[in-house]
Amino acid sequence: MSYDLSSEIILFLPLLSFLLLSLFGKRIKPEISGIIGTMVLAFVAFLSLYVAFGYFFDFGKVDGVYVKHIVTQFSWLRFNENLSIDMGIVLDPISVMMLIVISFVSFMVHLYSNNYMKGEERFTMYYAYLSLFSFSMLGLVVAVNIFQMYMFWELVGISSFLLIGFYFTKPSAIAAAKKAFIVTRFADLGFLIGILMLSYGAKTLDFFVLIERLTATGSPYIASFTASSFLGLSTLSWALLLVFAGGAGKSAMFPLHIWLPDAMEGPTPVSALIHAATMVVAGVFLVARLFPIFAISAPDALHIIAYIGAFTALFAAVIATTQTDIKRVLAYSTISQIAYMIFALGVAGWGEGNNEGYTASMFHLFTHAFFKALLFLGAGAVIHAVHSNEMKDMGGLRKALPITHITFLLACLAIAGVPPFAGFFSKEAILSAAYNANLPIFYVGVFTSGLTAFYMFRLYFRIFWSKPAVKHEGHGHESHTWAMNIALLVLAVGAVFAGFIPFGSFVSAEGKAIELPFHLMFSITPVLVGLIGILIAYVLYGKKNDLPARISNSVSFVYQSAYHKFYIDEIYLFVTKKILFNLIGRPSAWFDKNVVNGMINGSASGTVMFSGAIKKMQSGRLQTYAMFFLGGVLILAALLVIKFI
Amino acid sequence: MEQVPLSHVLILSSILFFLGIYGFFTRRNLITVLMSIELILNSVNINFVAFNKYLYPHQLEGVFFTLFIITIAAAEVSLAIAIIINLYRRFNTIDIDDTDTMKY
Amino acid sequence: MSASTIIFYILSALIVTFGALTVFTPKIFRAAIFLLLTLIGIAGIYILMEMQFVAALQIVVYVGGIVVLIIFSIFLTSSGKEKVNSHRFKRILTAAILSLSGLLFSVWVVFTHVYTPAGITPIDPSVRNIGLQLLSYNDYGYVFPFEVVSILLLAALIGSIVIAMKSKKQ
Repeated sequence: MSYDLSSEIILFLPLLSFLLLSLFGKRIKPEISGIIGTMVLAFVAFLSLYVAFGYFFDFGKVDGVYVKHIVTQFSWLRFNENLSIDMGIVLDPISVMMLIVISFVSFMVHLYSNNYMKGEERFTMYYAYLSLFSFSMLGLVVAVNIFQMYMFWELVGISSFLLIGFYFTKPSAIAAAKKAFIVTRFADLGFLIGILMLSYGAKTLDFFVLIERLTATGSPYIASFTASSFLGLSTLSWALLLVFAGGAGKSAMFPLHIWLPDAMEGPTPVSALIHAATMVVAGVFLVARLFPIFAISAPDALHIIAYIGAFTALFAAVIATTQTDIKRVLAYSTISQIAYMIFALGVAGWGEGNNEGYTASMFHLFTHAFFKALLFLGAGAVIHAVHSNEMKDMGGLRKALPITHITFLLACLAIAGVPPFAGFFSKEAILSAAYNANLPIFYVGVFTSGLTAFYMFRLYFRIFWSKPAVKHEGHGHESHTWAMNIALLVLAVGAVFAGFIPFGSFVSAEGKAIELPFHLMFSITPVLVGLIGILIAYVLYGKKNDLPARISNSVSFVYQSAYHKFYIDEIYLFVTKKILFNLIGRPSAWFDKNVVNGMINGSASGTVMFSGAIKKMQSGRLQTYAMFFLGGVLILAALLVIKFI
Repeated sequence: MEQVPLSHVLILSSILFFLGIYGFFTRRNLITVLMSIELILNSVNINFVAFNKYLYPHQLEGVFFTLFIITIAAAEVSLAIAIIINLYRRFNTIDIDDTDTMKY
Repeated sequence: MSASTIIFYILSALIVTFGALTVFTPKIFRAAIFLLLTLIGIAGIYILMEMQFVAALQIVVYVGGIVVLIIFSIFLTSSGKEKVNSHRFKRILTAAILSLSGLLFSVWVVFTHVYTPAGITPIDPSVRNIGLQLLSYNDYGYVFPFEVVSILLLAALIGSIVIAMKSKKQ
């Protein structure tokens, strides 16, 4: 089968699955729809691997450099002969890598959900939404045109909304879905303005033409774009920062991170798929797509992005150390890890020797997908067994859920950066790129990785140790959930071994293979910091004791602020409720109700009054009519006579 | 009759015409309204005959018009009386203000 | 000032008086009688103008037919002696103003117009000439309107019978 055809099938098969399951779902038995969804994604995952092998080893390399391969492209909406919105599929190192990540994690989540969501009333719609999401995300990464990516971006937002609010009878779920959609939509406003600015400057909407026109040396487009500046940044930088704002919304960077912890109201497999491995990395992917423009023509924008990323990483890690809901801990961990990817892109440059940040970021994206999905699915298994999200209801579960325990431990070791697991290699690469480019960010990165190790193992110990191992009534719980177990095991394989892939030879900023540096001396510092974090976590949480409570009491102000997520949500609520609603919302509502409505009602009642006044003319009295006749005739006659005399 | 200027005859017919119109507007009984209409028609007849005699003595057009107007007036009066009788049977009144059901 | 002129003015004064009385009197039967007198006066005017045929027609059809019909219907619908209450003053005022303004306008037009008689040899409006032209179908003949009017009379005849017929249900 040709690679082009496979790419098209990869994109459209989930869409067909969505249409089939949503339109005919009532007539299919739930188990069958689960099987259909899983089979479709299995096939798509297999095809993605096939296409990836073909691309990386067969046709992708031209003269030693990986180039883009456009599978199909057609003009969807043409504005004039230069500007049009095209739809198409392009294969490119990052898009192929993302195809593998998305389809594989989606397949695992589909498989897992067969057991997790069993007995759910809207089982078929769940699988339909998952297929819709897979289609949207796959379309996003293979987009040829920035507007096509924007459309799929919005589609992804809708799928996320539908899935977060899946349990729509819970008010908290509805509120979380609304919050997610509104925050990302608000960020997408920036994205849209950025797109418009970029297309105005470069007179095109196609990614590759855009990159070419805005990075070629001496290009007239760059000159016109960077000619004027505003607040110290050129117009191009502003356009790119606005585009990044859209990405920051989807990837939950400060201060648009508020939706991600609340999005944990959705089912746990959804959190694993969307809010750990795929949708939230859309922002990273966007920056990576436009990376040449960032690196060559607007490096100051890239610096700002690096600082935002570094700050968010630290911020989220601090909050994660205090949370007690296990899904919230993982959500903040996700924010922190994505921030790592963002600042890795931020410290990267263009050209030999300083472009490892790009590869490191993509590598971390790849490995993070595996271990974060694994963490979430494991947490889901725990929640499924214990029927609660809070840490205080768990403890000592290592004998009751052995497979979950082992895979969770492997994922925690991976995320903490312990060699030889996957996270070690990717985090290494990020930290070394940061060390070479920007030392303060490097220190922040190292400290945050220590915090990461600490809170992840706090989580691990609180769930699986800390109380004597009790044979719960859930003993043998895992024997009923074979699909969940298989998904966990397969992802664990990825989490352990994915680090050994020589990523640099496949994905790099210019397409040429690079070698990711690996210095033994250098890697000792982060690993040591990680191990110290694990040790502290063991001391505090290995067995139940009151040391954590004493520590949190002594720094109670800091602890309380971190526990309440530094009151960011309260600030947002204050601004929206007190300021926006009162100053803008209420007057607008008053205006709408009284002036606009009033005008319409007024015209209506005016008409009624007028008609009431003149309807008396039709009184039914013959003589009145005759009098009007005569009056009219006299007037006409007078006019006639006056005209002719 | 040649000494009476045409305008005097026309004034007679005008006065009669507007008397008829005034009666049409003012009278309450349907039959008196009918009588006012007859006055109007007669004034028009005088007009036609006068014009024929004074301005166009070589033709008889005015006479013919008068002829036809009288004929048609007769037909119309008979129909109007029939309607009035019908109305009287239905509403038991021939007050013109009681026949105002075709209104808003 | 010949005799016909004087007779004309007397006759026209009578006509106007009787016409006004027709319109103003509150009693219906008297109004009918005044109408009759007005019509007779008008017939007199026609005779003065040497249109004897028209005068005869007027007497026969109008006076002898229509006024009789009207008197019939007065007796059929009301007792003939009842007084009818009149309209509100506003209505009467409006009607008076309208009529008066119309009258003034017409009088003004009548007096400011220049009348040019055609002045050729007059034709005698005898019955013979009228009949000849009425029934000729060329030279400005009126045979077509004559036939149509006869159909109209037939229709009016049938129509009035149908309308005034008592329905069988009673």
